[in-house]
Amino acid sequence: MSESIPEPIACACKHPLHQLKVEHLSVVRDGQTILHDISLTLHCGEIVALVGPNGGGKSTLLKAIVGELPATGGVIFKDNHGKVFIQPKVGYLMQHLEYDRQSPLSVADLLCANRSRWPVFLGHSPKNLKAVLELLRQVKAEHLIDKPLGGLSGGELQRVLLALALDPLPDILLLDEPVSALDKDGKQLFYELVRDLRDRYDLLTLIVSHDLDIISQFADSVVYLNRTIQAAGPMQEILASGQFLDAFEPLRVEGRRI
Amino acid sequence: MDTSWLSVLPLPFLQYEFMRNAFLGILLIAPLFGLSGTLVVSNRLSFYSDALGHSALAGIAIGTLIGLQDPLAALIIFSILFGLAITMVKNRGRASTDTILGIFSASAVALGIALLSRSGGFAKYNRYLVGDLLSIQPGDLIVLGVALLGLVVFWSLAYNSLMIFSINPALARSKGIRVRLVENAFMAIIAILVALSIQWVGTLLINALLILPASAARNIARDVRQFHILSLLFAWISGISGLILSYYLDMASGATIVLCSAVLFALTYAFTEKR
Repeated sequence: MSESIPEPIACACKHPLHQLKVEHLSVVRDGQTILHDISLTLHCGEIVALVGPNGGGKSTLLKAIVGELPATGGVIFKDNHGKVFIQPKVGYLMQHLEYDRQSPLSVADLLCANRSRWPVFLGHSPKNLKAVLELLRQVKAEHLIDKPLGGLSGGELQRVLLALALDPLPDILLLDEPVSALDKDGKQLFYELVRDLRDRYDLLTLIVSHDLDIISQFADSVVYLNRTIQAAGPMQEILASGQFLDAFEPLRVEGRRI
Repeated sequence: MDTSWLSVLPLPFLQYEFMRNAFLGILLIAPLFGLSGTLVVSNRLSFYSDALGHSALAGIAIGTLIGLQDPLAALIIFSILFGLAITMVKNRGRASTDTILGIFSASAVALGIALLSRSGGFAKYNRYLVGDLLSIQPGDLIVLGVALLGLVVFWSLAYNSLMIFSINPALARSKGIRVRLVENAFMAIIAILVALSIQWVGTLLINALLILPASAARNIARDVRQFHILSLLFAWISGISGLILSYYLDMASGATIVLCSAVLFALTYAFTEKR
């Protein structure tokens, strides 16, 4: 098919990933179709919002893209020259991290354990600490480096986990309702960081969100998902389509309640 | 192995060879527990140790039944298989982890007692229940030394992954850590550790030794390095002071060591409350 013909690419992206193609993806679990025939093409530097009702398959789509769930169809990552990535690096930030807040772990322990094989119970090398500090600077959290993980506020924790997701620099960043527990200012700050990162690395970013305010402010395009793709396109176009907004209404109410 | 050089220490009981062996034994056992305890107390992994401690009786019984002179090999194999069975049922089952562990450890204890009590000979297995540190032999010290070396190597290689797993398995998976492998490897290490030390500290107390020094350290440590240093230190302090006290008060050494760790825990806990 057309796959064999290299596409003409004029991409000035700083990121090696150029395109993510999802082709006829379906997920069936326990005899139930959760996602049906999803086809999407996304590009580097885009912030894409995944919206839709609960149980509509948003998180499932993220997991299928990561390869964590069995799915039929294709998920293909390509670079500038049309070459396929065999093992794309994924940065994944989950909705809610459940962990033991009494554990004596510092932010530096977590980030050093992630980036180096040097056992963290022996302390951290200056080189690792420097790299970790640089990571934290990107999420405006360098002051948290020696804090215990259990002592972080919700917003601080999400920034630290964002730093974790950025090391090594992923080919795609997936955010699954990362800020549902934060207040309005916390959300704003978090998404400004995500936008900065996109600007700096041309990182393809997929966000699951229920928050219309945030989406309209930060997303370039929107995919409305309810088992199948109901609507997809640039933010402004989608906002203008009345049918889509109707579908969004109940979510908007839910967004305010939180 | 000549251990008479130890008598230069200002501890009069070290003039007895069995006390010198026990002293060296506790110097080796303490770091085994102090080190692995730091992960055992994290709430994702703690449940193994208790069930494995209880399962030991069944392992010994099976070893004795098939006619082994030293049931240690059977014990180690049984403990590992038992642990793997728990992880498997836990990872696929719908029942809660607590229920599964309750069932597994109760069945193992029952199996052990049933087999060992055949023809009324249970009394000679009492040492597996309460442990006997004073009967430790130079050959056992070498085994413990090798085990400690092995644990230190494993810890250096696997700790970073284990730590991220202990924070949250899904987080570990998202970072490309092979969580099944990590979980099973940790379980096997704890199984071997429990099997090797069961006859010195006993089924009843082994979990306390694993949990107490690390829990005391956890009360006051602020990062992973302090956590390890304090846990090792507390394990050694309670081990040595427990052994000395048990000698002068003529009490079971394992139990006295556990009491010393409990006191350390209470002290550090009081410190946390004030902080």
